[in-house]
Amino acid sequence: MSQNKWKITLKIHRQKEAEAPHFDEFALDVDPDEYVLDAVERVWAFMDRTVCFRHACHHSTCGACGMRVNGVEKLTCITYIRDVTQDGGTLKVEPLRNFPVISDLAVDMGSLYSRLDTVGARSVLPVTQAEAEKKPADWPAGDEQYIRLADCIECGLCISACPSAATSSDYLGPAVLAGAQANGLKRNPELLGLVDTEDGLWRCHSAFECTAVCPSFVDPARRIMDLRKQVFVERFSRVFRRS
Amino acid sequence: MSKPHAIIVGAGFTGVATAHDLALRGFDVTVIERGDICNGTSGRTHGLLHCGGRYAVKDQESAIECIDENTLLRKIVPQAIEPNGGLFIALDDSDLAYGEAFIDGCEACHIPLEQLTPQQALRLEPNINPRLLTAFLIPDGTFDPLRLALSFAANAKKNGARFRTYTEAKGLIMDGTGRVTGVRILDRQSNKAEELRGDILVNATGAWAGEIAEMAGADVPVKPTPGVMVAYDQRFVQRAINRLNKPGDGDIVLPQRRMVVVGTTSFEIDDLDYVPVLDDHVDLMLERGAELIPAIRNARIRGKYMATRPLISSGSGRSAARTFKCYDHKETHNVEGFVTITGGKATTLRAMAEKTADVVCEKLGLNAPCQTKEVPLVSYRQYYALPN
Repeated sequence: MSQNKWKITLKIHRQKEAEAPHFDEFALDVDPDEYVLDAVERVWAFMDRTVCFRHACHHSTCGACGMRVNGVEKLTCITYIRDVTQDGGTLKVEPLRNFPVISDLAVDMGSLYSRLDTVGARSVLPVTQAEAEKKPADWPAGDEQYIRLADCIECGLCISACPSAATSSDYLGPAVLAGAQANGLKRNPELLGLVDTEDGLWRCHSAFECTAVCPSFVDPARRIMDLRKQVFVERFSRVFRRS
Repeated sequence: MSKPHAIIVGAGFTGVATAHDLALRGFDVTVIERGDICNGTSGRTHGLLHCGGRYAVKDQESAIECIDENTLLRKIVPQAIEPNGGLFIALDDSDLAYGEAFIDGCEACHIPLEQLTPQQALRLEPNINPRLLTAFLIPDGTFDPLRLALSFAANAKKNGARFRTYTEAKGLIMDGTGRVTGVRILDRQSNKAEELRGDILVNATGAWAGEIAEMAGADVPVKPTPGVMVAYDQRFVQRAINRLNKPGDGDIVLPQRRMVVVGTTSFEIDDLDYVPVLDDHVDLMLERGAELIPAIRNARIRGKYMATRPLISSGSGRSAARTFKCYDHKETHNVEGFVTITGGKATTLRAMAEKTADVVCEKLGLNAPCQTKEVPLVSYRQYYALPN
C-alpha cells in the first residue's frame, strides 16, 4: 500500500424522496490503494450520515455495491481509487442506470432478481455441479474461466451499461439471458417462450457493453450469441418433433 | 387477539433469522436496519460454514453448535451453500501434536472426520502445500453471506414480515414503568423521523449491541473484535483449508466464486463505524495463507476488507468463547419489553434466532414452538420480488 495520501473530491449523487437529484461534494484525504467503496463509507461514517448506498461483502462475492464511477459501471469494493482518479482529481459516484433509485446511490434491483428466478439461474453451486457446465464448442481454448456462470454475482452492472436495456424496461437483460444460456434450452425447453421474444434475446444489439463491465468475467454478450444458436436448434427440433 | 408485534433492530444474520423464526411463530414482525441487508459484520464474514473443527479442542459448546447447525443449514438453505467440505492440514510437529487433541475433540463433538495421507489430500486439492504431513477431511462448507441472509429475509417476508432498510434507530420509547414500548426511527430514504410501537423489541445489532442497549440504560458485555481478510483472484482450492492447530491469524483459506479468501486477524477498536484495513494485517494474511497454499504468492489481491466480530467478553481475542447469548433486560437491568441477542457466528444464526424467539415467547406468555429446523427456505431472490 502506498504511503502518500491523495486529496480528492468525491461527488456523490444525492436523491431523496420528493427532492430533485443533485451532487454533493466531499473533500477527502485518501490512500490511492483504497477502494472507491472505502471512500464512500468514510463519507457516511464521518461526514454525512444521510448518504444511502448498498454494500455487503467488500470482496466482490455479493454484488451489492455496483455504482457508476466517473460514468463507468464498477463494483466499488474492488475498484482502486488510483485506477479511476488522480491526486487532486474528482471522483463522481452515481447509482446504476435502468433501475429505480431508492435513495442516493442505492437502487431497487427487484426486476433483475425476479427475472433471474424465472429463468432458474443458480448463483451458488457445489463444485460437482459448477464444473458440469460445459462451454460451447466454438469458444476458444484457454477460456476455462467461462465455465462457471456461478460466478455471476447479480450486481446489475451489465443492465446499467446496456444500451438496449435503456430502451425498454421489459428487456430481460444480459445477466438473465446468460442465466438462461447456462441452463440450456435443450434441458429447459420451457425457457424458449421466454427468451425467443422481442424483449428477450432479440432486443440485444450486440453492443458488448455487458461483457466490458462484468466484474466476474461471466461474458454475458457471448452467452447471448450462444443462446441465439440454441434457439434455432430448439425451433428446428420442434418442427421435426411435430412431423 | 391480534398478533403480537415484534420490532427487530438490525438486519444482519441474527436479525433476519429471528424475523423468520418469529414470523413462523405467528408474530407481526418489523425489521429496521440503518443500511441495507447484511451491510455490517454479516456481509463481510469470511464465509466458512463451520463444522466445528476449529473449536473442537478448546470451545466444545461452540463446536457442537456448529456441527448441528451446519447439518441443518445444508438442508434448509442449499441455495446459499457450497457443501464442498474442508481439510485440516498439518505442516509441522506442533500441528501434528495438536492433531491428537483434534481427533479427540471432534469425536467428543460428533464431528465426522477422515484422516488422509498427504498423497490423498493432494489428489483432492493439488494446490495445498505439498510438504503437508497429514490431513483430516471434515464437513466444512462455504456460504455466500448476502444470499444466506436474503434467504432468511425472503422467508420472513413471505410470512408477512416488513423490512425497513435505510432506517436508523435513534432512541427507544419507554413508558413510566421502565418498559420499552417502541423505537424512534429516522427513515434515511426520506429523512423523516417516525415512531414505531411494538410489544417486544429485539436488539440484534451484533457488535453494535451495546449502543442500542445503552438507549434503554442497559448494557451487554459484547466486545467488538475486528479481523482482516484478503481475497486473491484465483480459485486455488474447492474446499475450506484449515491449519491443524489452535485458532490463530490467517489459519483458514476458503474458495469463493473465482477467488480464495484468507482470514483472519483479531484486534480491538474504539470506533465501530469505520475500521481501517491495516497494512501489516494484509501482509500477514499473505504470509500465513501462502503456508497453506504456496501459489497464493503468485496471485493478485482482489479485495482486502475487515469485519467486526461481536464477541461476548468472557475472555479476550482468541480465548473468548464463540458461543452466543440472549439477554432478557428485565433480568439484567429491570427493563421490560427488551431483549438483546449477540455473540455467536454466522453458522449458528438459526440457533441464535430460535433461542431469542423462545425468550420472546416466554416473556409474552405464548406457547409457539420453533419451526425453523423443518422449513426449507424460499429463493433468496424473493426478498426483492415480494411486496414489503
